[in-house]
Amino acid sequence: MLVALIINIIAIGTLVYSFTQSSRKSIQALKTALVKGLKLAPWMVGIIVLIGIALSFVPPEVIERYLGGEMTIYQVVAAALIGTVSMIPNLITLPLAGSLIDSGASYTTIAAFLTTLTMVGFVTMPLEIKLLGKKITFWRNLLAFFFAIIIAVIIGVLM
Amino acid sequence: MKQESIADNLKKLAIFLALTAVILILMRYLFPEQSALSLEVMRDYSMEVALIFPPVLLLMGLADVWIPEDMVKQYLGKTSGWRGILLSLFLGTLPTGPLFIAFPIASEMLKKGARIANVVVFLGAWASLKMPQIGVEIQFLGLEFAFYRAGLTFIAVICIALITDKMLKRSEKI
Repeated sequence: MLVALIINIIAIGTLVYSFTQSSRKSIQALKTALVKGLKLAPWMVGIIVLIGIALSFVPPEVIERYLGGEMTIYQVVAAALIGTVSMIPNLITLPLAGSLIDSGASYTTIAAFLTTLTMVGFVTMPLEIKLLGKKITFWRNLLAFFFAIIIAVIIGVLM
Repeated sequence: MKQESIADNLKKLAIFLALTAVILILMRYLFPEQSALSLEVMRDYSMEVALIFPPVLLLMGLADVWIPEDMVKQYLGKTSGWRGILLSLFLGTLPTGPLFIAFPIASEMLKKGARIANVVVFLGAWASLKMPQIGVEIQFLGLEFAFYRAGLTFIAVICIALITDKMLKRSEKI
């Protein structure tokens, strides 16, 4: 919340400063922001609705059941896959990971889950493709998935 | 032109919102149990997006008129090397909010001539090296885990970016 507040203050401060320099350019900037915002708004709404519906059918308790037990390589891959297809709000992710550890999940599994959860986005792929192109989206997500497993395995060795 | 595109986009948004409302009402009748939970998740996410998205758009608009393309090219372009990578990494760790808010920023960086590797580093850092989040991570998963995960992710993000960059350059040549 604090960071959000700081970002807002920075944005407004920059805008005020911009107006002292050139009001013509500042109005142009506001227009650009408005048009972009309106263009992206349906995507944002769509993604949020999709995430909400998806998570309600696969609630945290179900994830806990799958990732909580004894660690196997299948479980690590499963964790990475679950992280890929799900999008969980930041507010829930880390407490969930903490409770998974408490219920017996290994750090390896949690590392795989957290890394793909944050870096690989299945639900958001259409937006990523629209804005960054198919190739970047494909390689970025594919590589992030593999590196998530590598990170998880190394953490398993270290801890 | 501009005015029309605003009206057009508003119309699209209105249609989209109406459709969303229909889906949510259907959910409520068909799956009343899930509906409550999904609304809760949507509320959390909407709050986050509502707080972060407007200032991000505003900063993007301002960057668009004030930061010349030459400057983006100089600091983040093809010849920016390791300094460009580190700068992108640093920029990505500052904000908060879900990754999909970073996509429009990344797209703008690309358009202004930033190197693909730098854009991918920025996205990777935004996704999983955000400083505020690492604080919370230490709280829930312990310092040791957070330290190893962040360190390894740091290396992985750079590898992912450099490989993506190579792959795209190669496919350009063919």
